[in-house]
Amino acid sequence: MRVEQFLEDSSRQFPEKIAVVAGDRRLTFREIDDASDRLAAALRRHGVMRGDRVVVFMDNRWEAVVGIFAVLKAGAVFSPINPTTKADKLAYMLKNCRAAAVITLAPLLPVARDAMAEAPSVKLAVVVGATGRPAVPGGIRFEDALTDPGAVPSDVAGIDLDLAMLIYTSGSTGVPKGVMMTHQNVVAAATSITTYLENTPDDIILNVLPISFDYGLYQVLMAMRVGATLVLEKSFAFPQAILNRIAAENVTGFPLVPTMAAILLQMKDLKPGAYPHIRYITNTAAALPPAHIMRLQELFPRTRLYSMYGVTECKRCTYLPPEQLARRPGSVGVAIPGTEAYVVDDAGQRVLPGTVGELVIRGPHVMQGYWENPEATDRALRRVAFLTEKLLHTGDLFRADEEGFLYFVARKDDIIKTRGEKVSPKEIENVLYALAGVREAAVIGVPDPILGMAIKAVVVSTNAVMREQDVIRHCAKHLEEFMIPKFVEFRDALPKTDSGKISRRLIDAQPLEAAK
Amino acid sequence: MQTDIEQKIRQFITDNFLFREDRAALSDTESLLDAGVIDSTGVLELVAFLETEFGLAVDDADIVPENLDSISSIAGYIKGKTA
Repeated sequence: MRVEQFLEDSSRQFPEKIAVVAGDRRLTFREIDDASDRLAAALRRHGVMRGDRVVVFMDNRWEAVVGIFAVLKAGAVFSPINPTTKADKLAYMLKNCRAAAVITLAPLLPVARDAMAEAPSVKLAVVVGATGRPAVPGGIRFEDALTDPGAVPSDVAGIDLDLAMLIYTSGSTGVPKGVMMTHQNVVAAATSITTYLENTPDDIILNVLPISFDYGLYQVLMAMRVGATLVLEKSFAFPQAILNRIAAENVTGFPLVPTMAAILLQMKDLKPGAYPHIRYITNTAAALPPAHIMRLQELFPRTRLYSMYGVTECKRCTYLPPEQLARRPGSVGVAIPGTEAYVVDDAGQRVLPGTVGELVIRGPHVMQGYWENPEATDRALRRVAFLTEKLLHTGDLFRADEEGFLYFVARKDDIIKTRGEKVSPKEIENVLYALAGVREAAVIGVPDPILGMAIKAVVVSTNAVMREQDVIRHCAKHLEEFMIPKFVEFRDALPKTDSGKISRRLIDAQPLEAAK
Repeated sequence: MQTDIEQKIRQFITDNFLFREDRAALSDTESLLDAGVIDSTGVLELVAFLETEFGLAVDDADIVPENLDSISSIAGYIKGKTA
């Protein structure tokens, strides 16, 4: 099965049912299906070929849903990219995957245009909301593409072994890597997750997570798969506005990251049981503190809470059946249906309960590798004895209890989880070094009640008048919002290892001597 | 009085958020969210500032875009609460 069949099947079964609610727009499955057929035909007419990469550079809006399915229907591969991405990083990704086209919106066009100028492979830009012809080479209006009489739908898509998407993820080297997922991978993951969440066409899922983030993206894919309604929101900045929306739409499914849970728990007037229609709440990206789990359960007494864990390389690894939550609140559970997850030592041997080792994953949801990066692929996907497929090494340290339930212990590398997103310290350090006057820089995570970890930059500057704001302003020009340091500390020197490398761990251990 | 409130809000936003965007000016009526000036943690910081600076309690139900998404809407909200 291919991913676009999720939408086609639901459109056949529930043509007049509402598929997507975004702002004041409500679109049926038939409307989303028809619009993506027409956009797919326009993409083909403008030269997008089977297997081409098409970047979807948009915030959470219905046009993004149409864009994603149109790319798949055209037989191409979509790559969703965070709308706060700056031009230099977008250019890197466009060049890395040699994208053939970009689907974006008018307010993001200046960024997309600068990036496209460096990426000669991009021949087409489909722009939502442009007045007149978009001011970019190969620019067409999204709205025109949907009504183009010259674009004739064709059955070109392909087979389910084809790549469906590339999801860029932070690597410890600081350079993003494109996780390659076939249609089979995506269908397997979406099927497994909707199975344990017991999703049905009666579900109404409110998604405020960016669809550039696989957790947010899968809300779209899973809603289309089961014929549920998806309510798309752009931001959790005003939580009361989201709760009002949840009540107005009778939402049944509400995916969270720990930062959102922490914000909800800070609300003073949230009454227990005020949203009885929420059937389930999910959490992933980082563990919720058990105290937060208990308080969430008090606020949503009829709601099933799912603690989950995943890596982009297989989408989701584990989930804790909600009935286990009271017994083992610190656990992220067991392998998702149809897959296997276990803990191994450095020699690759399974370890006994209670022993810490690396979590490894088997299943049809495991990626094909990183796009054109065989070295990184070989580190993550390894051939082991007695397995016909390669085993995914997550880079996360886990332990299991006597009954096999899994507990996250730590990352093996220095990747920081903040607001549910993975951030490479190296990537931020590379940006810091580009600021004139920065002689040494290191980025670490510091515990934060809302963010999980907050990003802190520790800088040695030769510029005596450099201030915290100068550093943050510089970072904001080059990094996505969630990567911008919250704190900046200036020091005279950074601690080094014996080999002379700056040590992030030693910085952590040192007492703070902030000189603001 | 009115300009005083608006100036304090503008000063807070400039000191805490606006420098990220590297923009010369933000109009009084521009959406802070759409302009990318403020996010979910920013709203929490803004609410904490309003509570300390103007000595009022901001109810959860008041933390909505209609009250807090632009300098002029924030000023209007403060005036309504302190009137």
